[in-house]
Amino acid sequence: MARPAHPRARVSTLAHIGIITKYNFLNYFRARRFYVMLAIVALISGLFTFLVAYYQPPGLVGAGDALSFYKGGWGNFATFVVVLSTAFFGGDAISGEFQNRTGYFLVPNPIRRSAIYVGKWLAAMAASSIILAVFALIMIANGLYYYPGDFPSELLQSIAFAWVYLAAALSLMFTFSSLFKSTSVSILMGVILLLFVFNFVDLIISSVAGYEPVYSITYAAGIIPNVLTVPFPAHVTSIPAGARFELKSFNATIPEGLAILGIYFVVMAVVGLWLFQRKEFSA
Amino acid sequence: MAPSLEAAGLTKRFGEFTALSGLNLKIQGTKCVGFLGPNGAGKTTTMKMFTGLISATSGTALINGVDVSRDKKAALASCSTLIETPEIYPSLTPKEALSMLCEIRGVPATERSKRIDEALGRVKMQEWEGRKVGSFSKGMKQRVNVASTLLSDPDVIILDEPSVGLDPRGMSEVRDIVRSLGNRLVFMSSHLLAEVTEVCQEVALIDHGKLIVYDSIENVTAKFAGGSGAVKIGFSRAVDIQTGTAISKLDGVTSFSRVNDRHVLVKFDPKVLSQEKLFETIAGMKAGAQTFESESGLEDAYLSLIKETL
Ligand SMILES: Nc1ncnc2c1ncn2[C@@H]1O[C@H](COP(=O)(O)OP(=O)(O)OP(=O)(O)O)[C@@H](O)[C@H]1O
Ligand SMILES: [Mg+2]
Repeated sequence: MARPAHPRARVSTLAHIGIITKYNFLNYFRARRFYVMLAIVALISGLFTFLVAYYQPPGLVGAGDALSFYKGGWGNFATFVVVLSTAFFGGDAISGEFQNRTGYFLVPNPIRRSAIYVGKWLAAMAASSIILAVFALIMIANGLYYYPGDFPSELLQSIAFAWVYLAAALSLMFTFSSLFKSTSVSILMGVILLLFVFNFVDLIISSVAGYEPVYSITYAAGIIPNVLTVPFPAHVTSIPAGARFELKSFNATIPEGLAILGIYFVVMAVVGLWLFQRKEFSA
Repeated sequence: MAPSLEAAGLTKRFGEFTALSGLNLKIQGTKCVGFLGPNGAGKTTTMKMFTGLISATSGTALINGVDVSRDKKAALASCSTLIETPEIYPSLTPKEALSMLCEIRGVPATERSKRIDEALGRVKMQEWEGRKVGSFSKGMKQRVNVASTLLSDPDVIILDEPSVGLDPRGMSEVRDIVRSLGNRLVFMSSHLLAEVTEVCQEVALIDHGKLIVYDSIENVTAKFAGGSGAVKIGFSRAVDIQTGTAISKLDGVTSFSRVNDRHVLVKFDPKVLSQEKLFETIAGMKAGAQTFESESGLEDAYLSLIKETL
């Protein structure tokens, strides 16, 4: 006795990526952490708005110009918002599939692991982009209030760079989340690396050893605030320290910064995917 | 082509420890095969290699002739699985989670909602289809997991202890579901030998990562259960001592034990005493014998094959 045949279409990997993105985004959008992240952004920008309105710091308002206003607001906090969003949406994206056992529901299906990885990355990118956009909009609203009609093109560049940094940092965060099976470890390692380790190592390498930290993603992200400084800060500055010694400090140029971020994005995507492909669902 | 599952020299090592050692097993056709073995025998490990959750150290796992490690997407195209106890994204509803699987598995958009309703109906979870999975109990989640295997009309279904965590009615519903999956190949691990006897035609038994036997339940029972038959008899009133003694003294009865007041378990040698004759004799005692339930010899066979656990 033959069973009535039910139609079943072959689904392309591209379509699979779209499906995974859609449902993961839905999951993010419903989850508490999305709103926690929004609240953090609201808190940072609300505090900024309030303090500026209250103290009217002369460097930002009054004698200042729109560019230095955006440098002090957006420029100071954008990279922090990026790192926090990637931690929130990317830090446990893959490790969570193992620790929370959701991978046992998803992986044993006719779908490539790469489609799951890319789909989840896109969903995290979408969620983080919303957060970053909300932050940018509040900062711009502030700027337009104090400097109506003065909208510097450098700000648009800075926002675009922040978005590139977001893509690269999320790629790195996904690699961490494929490296560890525990969600808290992967999130913590990613955040510590992006907020402290790179900055610390860069400082030593550049000032003490005198090398430019071209290996560093946070060094490259320096272009986000720096583009708001006109003219663009010098690539190298040396401060003499004692008779025979000098402390060097570096600023990545825009092409250099973008290249480093691009390389991070690509290399980390490849490494993270490679790790996820090989990772075993076993206790 | 008949659906098939094949393990060829399938081996899995975790460091020094060999969890599965050169498993050769070919299952073909539409039937239900029980996968038995003590805790830690390697059942879940085997099934994980069939579903791409882990990769084999050596050997191959093929579904419908397709090597899972080469092309998981093609191998699982017509195979649905339930391995251990999966979790669903907590903020999705069962309906959304099952939609996701329908889309991944290429169920046409026009059919999705009908199939999802049907599958949730089978596990009695329709009422909950719009609630978030995060708040569900373990058994409720497992019901949704069982439903997830029914969506895309697969040829092959791999179930790893599907009724674990379910209430008695849930277990019986899963048995009914598996029984009704006719015209498919179902490969199901379970520790519930009664469940296996009821729904499966064949069993594969492994221990310490090695296949002990793969055969029909009748053959396994006949070969390894010491050739004994067993029957559980229910009485309408408490079984008195005389009746007990009379039964145990019957020619061919090898053992007699009380399950409770009104139920006894009688083992017998079918070569000396046929099951039919035993029924007739006991009914003739007018002691209120009401129900005769044939116990499978699977437990005996299992116990004689597996001498120790772990
Ligand atoms: N990641 C791992 N690392 C080391 N050993 C493992 C790992 N995963 C499984 N094992 C071992 O492999 C063996 C087989 O485990 P498996 O889960 O396949 O058993 P099982 O037959 O499903 O048992 P149960 O009936 O308890 O579910 C066990 O001894 C287990 O300890
Ligand atoms: Mg198991």
